[in-house]
Amino acid sequence: MTGRQIITDTQNTWCPGCGNFAIQHTLKNILTEIEQSGKSLDDVVLVTGIGCHAKIADYLNINTFYSIHGRTLPVATAIKLGNPHLTVICCSGDGDSYAEGLDHLIFAAKRNIDITLIVHNNRVYGLTTGQYTPTSPLGFKGKSTPSGTAEYPFNPVELMLASGATYVARGYTKNMELLKNLIKEGMAHRGFAFIDVLQICATFFPVADYYTPRVYELSDHDRSSFEAACIKAREWDYSRDSLIALGTFFQRSLPCFDDTMAVKGMEQKDRRQAVRDLLLTKS
Amino acid sequence: MKNVSVLIGGKAGDGINSAGALVAQLLNHIGYHIYLYFDYPSLIRGGHNFAIIRGSDESIGTCWKTLDFLLALNSETVEKHRDKCTNETAIISNADQVKSAGQGIPVKAVLAGVNAPAIMGNSAIIGGFARTAGIEWNVVEDVFKKHIPKGVDLNLKVAKAAYDQLETVHPVSRGIKPPYPLLTGNEAIGLGMVNGGLDAYVSYPMTPSSSLLHFFAEEKEKLGITVVHPESEIAVILMALGFAYTGKRSAVGTSGGGFCLMTESLSLAGMAEMPLTLLVSQRTGPSTGLPTYTGQSDLHFVLNAGQGEYPRLIVAPGDAREALYWSEVAMNMAWKFQIPAFILSDKTLSEGTYSVDPAAISEPERGDSPRWAGTAPYLRYADVPGGVSPLAFPGMKDAVVRANSYAHDEAGITTEDAPTVTRMTDKRLRKGGMLADEMRGYPGVSVSGIPGSSTALFCWGSTKGVCNEIAALLGLRVVRPVVLSPFPVDQLKEAITGVRKLISVEENATAQLAALAERYGIVADEKILRYDGRPFLPDDLLVKVKEMVV
Repeated sequence: MTGRQIITDTQNTWCPGCGNFAIQHTLKNILTEIEQSGKSLDDVVLVTGIGCHAKIADYLNINTFYSIHGRTLPVATAIKLGNPHLTVICCSGDGDSYAEGLDHLIFAAKRNIDITLIVHNNRVYGLTTGQYTPTSPLGFKGKSTPSGTAEYPFNPVELMLASGATYVARGYTKNMELLKNLIKEGMAHRGFAFIDVLQICATFFPVADYYTPRVYELSDHDRSSFEAACIKAREWDYSRDSLIALGTFFQRSLPCFDDTMAVKGMEQKDRRQAVRDLLLTKS
Repeated sequence: MKNVSVLIGGKAGDGINSAGALVAQLLNHIGYHIYLYFDYPSLIRGGHNFAIIRGSDESIGTCWKTLDFLLALNSETVEKHRDKCTNETAIISNADQVKSAGQGIPVKAVLAGVNAPAIMGNSAIIGGFARTAGIEWNVVEDVFKKHIPKGVDLNLKVAKAAYDQLETVHPVSRGIKPPYPLLTGNEAIGLGMVNGGLDAYVSYPMTPSSSLLHFFAEEKEKLGITVVHPESEIAVILMALGFAYTGKRSAVGTSGGGFCLMTESLSLAGMAEMPLTLLVSQRTGPSTGLPTYTGQSDLHFVLNAGQGEYPRLIVAPGDAREALYWSEVAMNMAWKFQIPAFILSDKTLSEGTYSVDPAAISEPERGDSPRWAGTAPYLRYADVPGGVSPLAFPGMKDAVVRANSYAHDEAGITTEDAPTVTRMTDKRLRKGGMLADEMRGYPGVSVSGIPGSSTALFCWGSTKGVCNEIAALLGLRVVRPVVLSPFPVDQLKEAITGVRKLISVEENATAQLAALAERYGIVADEKILRYDGRPFLPDDLLVKVKEMVV
């Protein structure tokens, strides 16, 4: 399909000022560019979890798998294994990828499956109306923690470095030009691309005034150096006050899971013959 | 009925399973039908393992207690299985481990004599068994050459040295049938899946399903299938759904505990109408239970797993031949109706070994959903009369393919509109009606034994073998539903016509099949239940059934 209308007619129900608009707009621009470059959007698949972020599945007019909470990456992994020609993008929330589906996140990085994960990290549960997430700052007062959380957030950038992700980046919904570059780089990267996106939740965690003066873009940073990436990743721990680096922390090239795991299929009549041949070895 | 029964036992780690498989092949090659039962505790080293290999001139799926041969790799084997021996039982033992029991083979000396490593010790026992049973040497040669992957010549030397030392004290007569393929239930299930078009198998290790994962991982190139072992059963089922979304036929395998983790995405498969085939191989529950022992206590769990309402197929084959057939049917129905299709097995079937007559393998009709005609816009969930929407896959020109776990409209866009929700629920449930109609064309209820008898054993799954033998001895009918969902109520009512006493025989504590049938007005008069993890043995079941029949 060429010249397609990229946004569907579905009524948008994100709150005014929601950071999801910026991510959707960025993806729309990237999809438009893909089409303009002569490639078909028929080969693009978006997999989402459940949460505010996931409504993007209804809003983008491309192939989508609107999965369940926390369960994006295994679906996306198998879509890539099932049809390696597809470009597979995963949008998930911080509740999705950092809580309910944390094991899948670590394993997707460990496997280096060739997909791109965009985490809409607003550091709060939005759709369930305001509870803390794994990246909420210490002391966060949400509906399930009215006197403040008693646990430190974890640092997803550091976690992904430790887990073997081959492309690790952080974006911010109020820096759309950088966000677009990061997602494009992630999609061009052969392997597992992880992009943590600091996203504003206009209703439950509106912290633009906090982020905007603290963020800066990485420069003079050697993205091939794991040690340099770790140092930059640890600068901000998602809780205490510090500068917040944006950009690509780390990138390297490793064999992809889809290249090594997928076995070439067979015509069904050949499979039947293979079964008959195998039976002969069993007598 | 002509029978021969061999038990081989030793410590875990002694290679009892592979030695048992070779004994089974020897009997296979002298004309017997085979059933092999493998019993092992959940540990790697130590503990007692044994395999019972039974040969018969008829097709079988169970073992009697009495042994013709006891092959003892250690003295514990002799002690533990003395109750199965008679004066006729020939005992062949490792003389280094067992003092004065039957014919002893000095295994260490035999190995030293031909310069063979300790790992080949079982070949001495097998060679000794062959001689004791009067099996010609050329049969041993044929079997070793075909079924020992490495070091055949040296293994044969070891076996021959033991063969020459012993006497034929318990000759076994030759049967007339040619050797048949010997398949474990899991191998048969796997090959049935492949015949049903399997492209990808995804599984996390869990006894008694794991041997299918191992089998596929070993044979994937030959069979053209992608095999993935991911981080958890949650990832397993999600990956299977991802494959299905791209048009690849996928299957998963697990046991009860792993299936617990899959239920969330089973419901996703129901809502998103993703074709999916699942092997659930039961072991003794609840929870970790007895990991390496059998049970039939997950029927109601599988029937009811997952939130919401959506159709599902459940088949419970009774032996390897049926497993081949019904696994292929399951794959086809999953794709014909875009539903989850279960193969419900248990340890007895999954890890038991059976003779499968290649001529008796029937090929069910291929089942698939219609494909999208190519006119945009594509409606993934088009509300068509039978409820089965045409399929398209991502990458197809102009198709926007939307799978959705939310209530959705025909295009796959999320909706909370009440009339749409009702209409789409009806659409999904219509597939259940279509499935039930379709399954009427399949042999969903098996009747065996003496079909005219007014007393019937009512069973399902792997108890087929034991029930059939008891029925033959006592002149009873055996009624066995193979399809458990949609419940084949018409076929079952026909199968029990004229039955005055229906005896439920199940390996669970609450008679789950009987409870299911009762919902349809079919009431079992008596129940014989076993739930200690061990399969019914014909010896014990015979006594219990006799008490009820007399």
